[in-house]
Amino acid sequence: MHDNTYLIILACAVVTYMTRIGGHMILSRFGSPHYRVEAALEAVPTAVLTALVAPSLLNQGPAEALSIIIAGAVALRGSLMMSVAAGLVSLVALRFVLG
Amino acid sequence: MTSKFDRSQSHRPQSYNNQYVSRDIKDGLRDALPIMAAIVPFGAVFGAVAIDSGLDFQEMLVTSLSIYAAASQYVMIDLMGQSLPVWSIVLAVFAVNFRHVLYSASIGRKMTLFSPFQKACAFFLLVDPQFAASETRAATVGLRPAYYFSYAAVIYITWIASNCVGALFGSLIENPATYGLDFILPLYFTGLVAGFHKRPNFILVLLVSGGVALLTYFTIGSPWHITLGGIAGLIVAAAQSRPPQKNNPEKNNSDRNILENAHEDGTGLEEGTANA
Repeated sequence: MHDNTYLIILACAVVTYMTRIGGHMILSRFGSPHYRVEAALEAVPTAVLTALVAPSLLNQGPAEALSIIIAGAVALRGSLMMSVAAGLVSLVALRFVLG
Repeated sequence: MTSKFDRSQSHRPQSYNNQYVSRDIKDGLRDALPIMAAIVPFGAVFGAVAIDSGLDFQEMLVTSLSIYAAASQYVMIDLMGQSLPVWSIVLAVFAVNFRHVLYSASIGRKMTLFSPFQKACAFFLLVDPQFAASETRAATVGLRPAYYFSYAAVIYITWIASNCVGALFGSLIENPATYGLDFILPLYFTGLVAGFHKRPNFILVLLVSGGVALLTYFTIGSPWHITLGGIAGLIVAAAQSRPPQKNNPEKNNSDRNILENAHEDGTGLEEGTANA
């Protein structure tokens, strides 16, 4: 392993913290943001979390893809807990059925 | 330094501390419980992999305690094994974690009830599920420190504890795929995304972010799909946005028309107020 393991760990920790506080620090330097920036910020949860999950839809298999669609559909009407539970039950069932 | 964090502390209601804390803590714990099941196997595998690739127990522990970002910790361990220069490892971690800049900008505006010190701590704990749950909370009953930190405590402690279990008993870990536990996090994030379906341009942002993310994933490769897919969605949301009514020079005019026509056309008044 590396000679300077702790140096790497600490540098990675600092960089990670900078990304986590950085967006807020940059934004709070300006007054109230332009309406287009406002709209973009409003879309952050949808946009980034969708991008995070997207590969799971295609790189796993049909059981995984279907369970994601089921979890999403249930979440439109029901609670988050119901959505995760429905996705999980259908995943285990589909994996069993589809092999 | 402190003044940058919080400009609204003076607005903090006096009654805050007593009135909401116990309910916030209860809700925070309740919302965090379902994803404990996802973090335990994920965390245990990280602990086992870290030891397997040559970190000792203490180095593994310092990694999780100080970085606290699962995906980038895997990347760091992987690259350390290849004896690359330090800067290239740090750059890779930065790339994997870049999405947090966007999280931070979005959720920071909703931390009006946090003190500067609470904000500084809160940003350290801003992992994916923390961000998603906090956005949901902010959109419903409002985001208060007690909720944020009780949720964070469950996730952080679970992550560290499961790392330790994995590091100590790595060889005994069952394959998480048996019970579908390997896939809880994607399902959880999907459920959270669907919960934002009332936001403006939801479908459009979803399709563009997802499409660009997949395109990037299969061409340039991970982790760039997160940042590029996310930014593509933000650009579309910004491009689709309309200026607020108060900056619209026609506003006064249209207000008068709406009032004049309100009795003839019932929809006029609703349209005027919906965009205000």
